[in-house]
Amino acid sequence: MADNKTSVVNKAYLAFVSEISPKTNETRSLFNAFAVGGFICVIGQFLRYMLEFVFKIEGDELAGAVSMILIFLSALLTGLGVYDRIGKYAGAGSIVPITGFANSVVAPAMEFRSEGFIYGLAAKMFIIAGPIIVFGVMSSVAVGIIYYITGLI
Amino acid sequence: MVTEIITTFIKAFIVGGIICAVAQLLINYTKITPGKILVYFLLAGVLLQAAGIYQFLVDFAGAGATVPISGFGYLLAKGAMDGAKKGLFGALTGGIVSAAAGITAAIVFGFVFALIFKPKSKRN
Repeated sequence: MADNKTSVVNKAYLAFVSEISPKTNETRSLFNAFAVGGFICVIGQFLRYMLEFVFKIEGDELAGAVSMILIFLSALLTGLGVYDRIGKYAGAGSIVPITGFANSVVAPAMEFRSEGFIYGLAAKMFIIAGPIIVFGVMSSVAVGIIYYITGLI
Repeated sequence: MVTEIITTFIKAFIVGGIICAVAQLLINYTKITPGKILVYFLLAGVLLQAAGIYQFLVDFAGAGATVPISGFGYLLAKGAMDGAKKGLFGALTGGIVSAAAGITAAIVFGFVFALIFKPKSKRN
């Protein structure tokens, strides 16, 4: 009986909370993620054109150079504390692009530097990037082996 | 030429934006944390490229498909697939070779900027 009562109260409270919490935030956050994420990709495309037509870089080197510049910019903005401010506004729009990967490396490296260079800076650098590299290597090796075997047949 | 460049920018904006909006949907309506979303999107890029689909998106949207983390997965899978044509060694190393630029940049700039800058969050 008592449990029933509390669950009714909880439900009423949760309904009340969802009623007063702003609904527009979710659509707004979607729009922000779309706009900022799209804008970062446009910067990437701009760099592609710049490197291709001005510096005559091509193919895999072009893709690598674009990532390196974006990562440099993101690392700099993270150091200056600007990227985290963009992140509060953009949500996934600042997380999913390669700049978010760079941010996830630089931010903990800065934060944990005070715990030393080895167990602080260097170890904590991979707190989010580590799983990405682990699963990236595992999956790419799996794909490579599958393609190698199917190529033999 | 100019209209071609402008349409490529628009396509990059829309495709890149949609990929990020999908991630935002997952953040809003599920309990998946951003760290896991990055891994899932990376794996999605690897799988889609292994199935031969992601390449179409890259040809269509350029940086709109390569800049998101799924593009990193695409690069890994593409490297492994190209490497597999050369032999078993290429199949094993191809992925990380093509992703080397990104990983090197992240580590080098991460290290250098962590030395130069102090964390800002604590000052506020």
